[in-house]
Amino acid sequence: MSLSGLFLMVFLVVHLTVNCFLFAGADAFNTAANFMVTNPIIKVVEPILALGFIIHIAWSIVITIQNMRARPVGYNKLNQGKNSTFASRNMFVLGGLVLSFLAIHIANFYVKIKFTHEVGEAIVDGVAMHDTYTLVTNLFTVWWYVIIYVIGAIFLGFHLSHGFWSAFQTIGFSNDIWRKRLNNIGRAYAVIVAGGFALIPVYFHFVQ
Amino acid sequence: MNLKIKVWRQKNAKAKGGFETYDIKDVSPDSSFLEMLDILNEQLINEGKEPVAFDHDCREGICGMCSLFINGRAHGPDDDVTTCQLHMRKFKDGETVTIEPWRSGAFPVIKDLVVDRNAFEKIMHSGGFVSVNTGGVPDGNAILIPKEDADEAMDAAACIGCGACVATCKNSSAMLFVAAKVSQFAKLPQGKPEAARRARNMVAKMDELGFGGCTNTGACEAECPKGISISHIARLNREYLKAKIKE
Ligand code: HEM
Ligand code: SF4
Ligand code: FES
Repeated sequence: MSLSGLFLMVFLVVHLTVNCFLFAGADAFNTAANFMVTNPIIKVVEPILALGFIIHIAWSIVITIQNMRARPVGYNKLNQGKNSTFASRNMFVLGGLVLSFLAIHIANFYVKIKFTHEVGEAIVDGVAMHDTYTLVTNLFTVWWYVIIYVIGAIFLGFHLSHGFWSAFQTIGFSNDIWRKRLNNIGRAYAVIVAGGFALIPVYFHFVQ
Repeated sequence: MNLKIKVWRQKNAKAKGGFETYDIKDVSPDSSFLEMLDILNEQLINEGKEPVAFDHDCREGICGMCSLFINGRAHGPDDDVTTCQLHMRKFKDGETVTIEPWRSGAFPVIKDLVVDRNAFEKIMHSGGFVSVNTGGVPDGNAILIPKEDADEAMDAAACIGCGACVATCKNSSAMLFVAAKVSQFAKLPQGKPEAARRARNMVAKMDELGFGGCTNTGACEAECPKGISISHIARLNREYLKAKIKE
């Protein structure tokens, strides 16, 4: 859980970094996206990434079922509002919501580029490549896609606000001092990642 | 104070239990929660009814016998206390107080509010012994231990085995308890030879007994009457990893 989670968090950083090229204009983003598509390292990493998701999700289902079974009779009155955070108690639900978003997200871009070829061509410095930029900016002219992407980012942010520190705790890298630090870094990470991913659709909807 | 006590009644381990509500009058706000239950039981006995069974022993917060999930929280609404240290002034006059037993598959209900916490005993057994040399009494200062290490060991050793961590954890995980028991030795020279075996066996036993897995919500630490820190869980995870690598 923790290792797959850490791996997925590294992926998010790379993904957000590439997406930030959107702000630098069509040519810059298309070049960055093309670099990702043609790069042989990415060809290797892509199946590992898929595997990372599969391990993370499969394991999350296993431990969630085990943990539910560990308390066959529940409480009539349960008040956990004070002893733990909302995100920490709802990781599975939040993860599931992230997964639903992921399905929409993959249908929006990955499927269109790889399978249905609903993407135009752009030529940057004489090199022909997919016009991913237009695909992205067109999508975000639709207001309800903007809302879906913003909400997806918020769910992800909550998942990470607990997941970041939790992953370090699980591998044993925490103590009374580092716990505070990791919690703060984790919260900052969650805000930056969620904020970044949410900003892109909003920006392209209103500014472009 | 006058209160309505909504309490879980269950004849025995096999019976299907249910809630009963009793009225109780003129409880002193200065009485402890267990004293309030004593008064309730007197009342039930006078009415010719079966008193409510609940666990208790020292009544001063050191033995870990008292349990009870009160108004949705382990050991009730106060922080850093056991149920025997909880006072009725923490409740409002006229309030309905809901009392349930610890809920966990590994802690089956025996009767009413009493649960079987032998699973903790079994985890302790699986940890095994700490080797001590026989012979003459060793010199008190022969083994030097840094103050910080001794302090951390003592903090972990404060665990009284009450089970509030399991009761409150959304996963019924016993990680905080096991972490305390492993951590109290982890930094001391005594018990070093058995460190790997201890961590491995205790974790294996915990899983075998049907406790859930830890997802680091931190609820255990917040409800632990002894304030055992979940940093001990991080140490347990380290000790366990080390033990597994050695294996
Ligand atoms: C980009 C996507 C995702 C990232 C970056 C991510 C990251 C993380 C991290 C770092 C953890 C903490 C690991 C630990 O404490 O050991 C975690 C836990 C978890 N994740 Fe994810 N996750 C993602 C998607 C998902 C999905 C799609 C699900 C599926 C339903 C999911 C379900 C869970 C569950 C149930 C936990 C366990 C709760 C816990 O240990 O605190 N996650 N995730
Ligand atoms: S760790 Fe705290 S809550 Fe858990 S058994 Fe020990 S004293 Fe009780
Ligand atoms: S009765 Fe001993 S700790 Fe409460």
